[in-house]
Amino acid sequence: MSGTGFVPAVRLVAELVRPHPAPFSVSVFGAAVYAGGTVAATIVLGRIVDRVVLPVLDGDAELSGSSIAGWAALVLVVAVLRIAGVIARRYFAGMTSERASRHFRRGLARSYVDLPMSFHRRRAAGDLLAHVDADTEVAVDVLHPVPFSLAVVMMAVFAAISMLLVDPLLALVAFAVFPLLIGFNRIYTHRIEEPSILQQDGIGRVATVAHESLDGALVVKLLGRTDAEVERFAAEADALRGHRIRVGDLRAIFESVLDALPNLGIAAVIVIGAWRVDQGAATVGGLVQVASLFAVLAFPMRVLGFFLESVPTSLAAKRRLESVLHEPVPDRPSASVPGGEARLEVRGLCAGYDRVSVLDDVSFDVRPGEIVALVGATGSGKSTIVSALAGLLEPTAGSIRLGGVDLATLDPADRADLVRIAFQESFLFADSVASNVGLDRPGADDTEIGRVLTVARADEFVAALPDGAATVVGERGLTLSGGQRQRLALARAFVGEPRVVVLDDATSAVDAAIESEILDALRSVRSSDGTTVAPPSMLVVAHRLSTIRLADRVVFLRQGRVAGSGSHTELLADPDYLALATAYEQTEREA
Amino acid sequence: MNASPETGPDADDAWRRGEGAGAWAVFRRGVASSPELRPGLAMTVVMGLAVAAGRLSIPVALQRAIDDGIDTAADGSTTVDFGRVVTFVLLAVVVVVISAAVAAWAQRRLVRVAEAVIYGLRTRAFRHVHRLSLADHVETSRGVFLARVTSDVEALARFVQWGLLSWTIGPAVILGVLAVLAWYSWQLALIVFVAFLPTVPVLRWIQVRQLAAYDEVRASVADLLGEANEAITGAATVRAYDVGDRAAARIDRAAERRYRAGLRRNKYMAAVFSIGDLFGSLALASAFAVAMWQRDRLGLSGGELVAVLFLITLLNEPVGELGETTDQTQEAIAGWRKVLDLLDTPIDVSEPDAGAELPLGPLSIEADGIGFAYRTGDRVLDAVDLSIPAGTSVAVVGETGSGKTTFAKLLCRLADPSDGTLRLGGVDLAAVDPDARLRAVRMVPQDGFLFDTTLRENLRFGRDGATDADLEAAVDRLDLRAWVEGLPDGLDSPVGARGQNLSVGERQLVALIRAALADPGLLILDEATSAVDPETDAALTRTLRRLADGRTVVSIAHRLATAEASDLVVVFDAGRVVEVGPHHELAVAGGAYQRLHDAWVGNTTASPVNEGVTP
Repeated sequence: MSGTGFVPAVRLVAELVRPHPAPFSVSVFGAAVYAGGTVAATIVLGRIVDRVVLPVLDGDAELSGSSIAGWAALVLVVAVLRIAGVIARRYFAGMTSERASRHFRRGLARSYVDLPMSFHRRRAAGDLLAHVDADTEVAVDVLHPVPFSLAVVMMAVFAAISMLLVDPLLALVAFAVFPLLIGFNRIYTHRIEEPSILQQDGIGRVATVAHESLDGALVVKLLGRTDAEVERFAAEADALRGHRIRVGDLRAIFESVLDALPNLGIAAVIVIGAWRVDQGAATVGGLVQVASLFAVLAFPMRVLGFFLESVPTSLAAKRRLESVLHEPVPDRPSASVPGGEARLEVRGLCAGYDRVSVLDDVSFDVRPGEIVALVGATGSGKSTIVSALAGLLEPTAGSIRLGGVDLATLDPADRADLVRIAFQESFLFADSVASNVGLDRPGADDTEIGRVLTVARADEFVAALPDGAATVVGERGLTLSGGQRQRLALARAFVGEPRVVVLDDATSAVDAAIESEILDALRSVRSSDGTTVAPPSMLVVAHRLSTIRLADRVVFLRQGRVAGSGSHTELLADPDYLALATAYEQTEREA
Repeated sequence: MNASPETGPDADDAWRRGEGAGAWAVFRRGVASSPELRPGLAMTVVMGLAVAAGRLSIPVALQRAIDDGIDTAADGSTTVDFGRVVTFVLLAVVVVVISAAVAAWAQRRLVRVAEAVIYGLRTRAFRHVHRLSLADHVETSRGVFLARVTSDVEALARFVQWGLLSWTIGPAVILGVLAVLAWYSWQLALIVFVAFLPTVPVLRWIQVRQLAAYDEVRASVADLLGEANEAITGAATVRAYDVGDRAAARIDRAAERRYRAGLRRNKYMAAVFSIGDLFGSLALASAFAVAMWQRDRLGLSGGELVAVLFLITLLNEPVGELGETTDQTQEAIAGWRKVLDLLDTPIDVSEPDAGAELPLGPLSIEADGIGFAYRTGDRVLDAVDLSIPAGTSVAVVGETGSGKTTFAKLLCRLADPSDGTLRLGGVDLAAVDPDARLRAVRMVPQDGFLFDTTLRENLRFGRDGATDADLEAAVDRLDLRAWVEGLPDGLDSPVGARGQNLSVGERQLVALIRAALADPGLLILDEATSAVDPETDAALTRTLRRLADGRTVVSIAHRLATAEASDLVVVFDAGRVVEVGPHHELAVAGGAYQRLHDAWVGNTTASPVNEGVTP
């Protein structure tokens, strides 16, 4: 794999580390101390053997107690130094990757909210969530072994020098065994790559089947498909087991060989060392020192492999993150609408998704204070118009103007103040009712929230909630019924002094009588701070005759074009409109 | 420790406090629940011994070589008995090679056993989840169940790949080293043992904190995902209301929490790794000092002391590694416990051994004092008595939370009543054979979930062994040919994940065709509350009318029009049946139904017909 190369690995690490130099530097310093301390410990051991253990225990020399204490203290000091190095290395390496994660996550958050809606239509929600969680973790995974790997390189240099000083011939054994160890490890990581990927895919497949099956638990039960589902799940679980066993088999063989290699190296050191001692070219202490170097170096040498092993997956994860982070964020426009009455003008609007055109030259007006119903069969483009009004879709031609200002050039904050959309699916944040309605806008105080809850006929059920308007609802809060959710979403659309309120079938779960009350309340003139607030214009996507009836005017859409505009009665002359109205009527009458 | 389900929460608390007994209890429960595990235990012993033998042989060879092969004279000159050195070393090499081979063989066996356990655990948990009553399948539990069969089992699988080997090799090497040390000098072995002893309380002290840190990491990840999910699923709202800063700030806050949690976890991870090294160095220094001070009493040779010092360094790795894998072990044990707890959740709806058959044709319904309460204690149905003759069409109406949906669920035995009995066609539903029930009782859920395959395969789920001809016939019988042909690939059109390529109404059509294939005597329809486009709605009404013929039909009505057209209306309020009767009677009875009805009529009197346009 190209990713396993050294250059891309270094580049990857450099890019990840650049924004966080301080913790990374401390970590590398800790690694150096650790490397030095490790090699120093073996030198101390060799000296102890030559100067203390052999001469004294074999009865050839005497030794004072204070000198014994001195050597023991030296052993401890070197150990404490080495351990301090380890702790600094690990803690700050961890901090580096945590910072890199946070950096990615903040960037992703910005992208998720700043990129145009088309981005969310293109990307699966599951992928976007994975970017925040697993992908970020995997992308920075490569950082963890970096300081350790640097320590290993330093250790190898220190060790080579110390061995050459003991005896060049003994050092040769090390120079033969360690490359063998590293080479074997590379073969191992190479061989295990494919089954590891299969294993990772298998985990994903098991999760996918489980997710689908448990999502459809009700239907599985209703259709008595439990056994069939278990079989389907078991097949994926079994495949995963197969991949895991392949990984396990490779590990069993290579781990055993890699565990045995340094021991065989020590065996060689003993034989050659004994010969060199016989020749007077080395001491027993030197032999012990080299042998113990083999023991302490074997594991770190392999970690170098772990680092290279994690490069391709980290690189792939980082690319996935960058596919989001590198998306260009459009500039925020800054125009504003002059005060006073504002007419909504849709002019020659063309729009669509993925080059499939939905709207074709749509033009209509909504006069100040007017209620216009948008009527049309499924797929006629009603929701597309709403998306364009909400700024979720860029028109391919034409424009939408409010008070003469193109919505596309309007400051999004102003647009959100002036044009309010209540969507078909009422989305609630996992937050209090009050926050969901007010969205922390200036002016959305308790009084205002109370007012709009009343207008949306949500005041009664909200008052009955455990904590009233402070009750947390949504994903991780209290579950509300469809009608209740819709009424909160409506209340949200009514906050402040919007000029245009767009209801995209936003009252479908609300009783027709209540719907009519809500629209009446919204239409009534009210005063705020002593000034009169004009009622907003309304564009209502309607699926019910009762709703259509509340409108001053109907705009009838057919296959992305305006097929007619006028009163409900006038439009009934159009056979398509009549058919649709009759279908609505039947839906309401029949069962 | 008692591991019965009733003490579950206590065991849980004990575990949270980091008491080892929790881990041990989980282990015992796990072994009891997975008999496949037993042969694996022997494998762990074989493997541990093999690895220990390989590692120990080298220091012993070194000792023999120094003491018996190299002779240092008083003047410092040395003579080497080369033959002896080579013999000792060759012996050690043979041990190293054989033990490596044995370890590899044992590990391969161990992997198979462990993977069999994981596979068994995972599939059993999955089956268990599907067998749990629908009372357990509430909205909030879905993610939990998913985690049980995925991430919790994966934690265990990860442990098998890494931590398990440390636990297999570590104790064997530690015990082996102590044994060889004792052979050289029991006093030194004791000193080493005592020097390492503090690692146990120290590691445990760290573990408790590490566990808490891990919990916080997990909680913060859940928080992070929750916030990110809001920005993603609420993308339209976020943009339309320009509250991007607010949403991003919330994710940032969660990312910061995750960062703090990560640092805390890091702190303990950094410490854990060094514990073995620290106490190992202490052991090394004390063993050396004692051996030298007490050289006359202990009588160790130079080679023996060198071997002792070597052996002590062999302890650092397993002790460090065991500390290192603690977090992984914790996660695995926690995951294992959660899966075992799931398997201990009682299956409320147990199928009878020799189930009764149901009569053919339409089924009567008799409810006799039925009540239903969730495990949490929320009572949603209370003393419901109802008798519905076979072949009747019934509309069940009532507000959200009135119990009407729960009643429908009891009818198809998605859960059993907490008290009272429910008879269909005169037979106690709990005694009915599951296959007979499946054939005779069908429910069309509000939002029909479809599997991510073709329409044809989804329809086939309606009845086992339904042929293509059966499918075609059912489509024709319900007069849905035109609808099917309007789809891009007819019956072979892919429906998308969860059936998203079809509308809510169309998914209900699919459910109706499935029901038609089964030819049930009782059909339960949960009407969609969300908007169904008029064309599909008309098709639904037509299809249902055809399907209803000759069956008992219970509709959970969200539209009073449905009630108007039914033979009988049953009104639920606060878990009780408050009114039963035909629509035309109840509509003027002055009760709850009349109020609902009046509200509806008040809004739909005007129609195109009244305006004199339609003929």
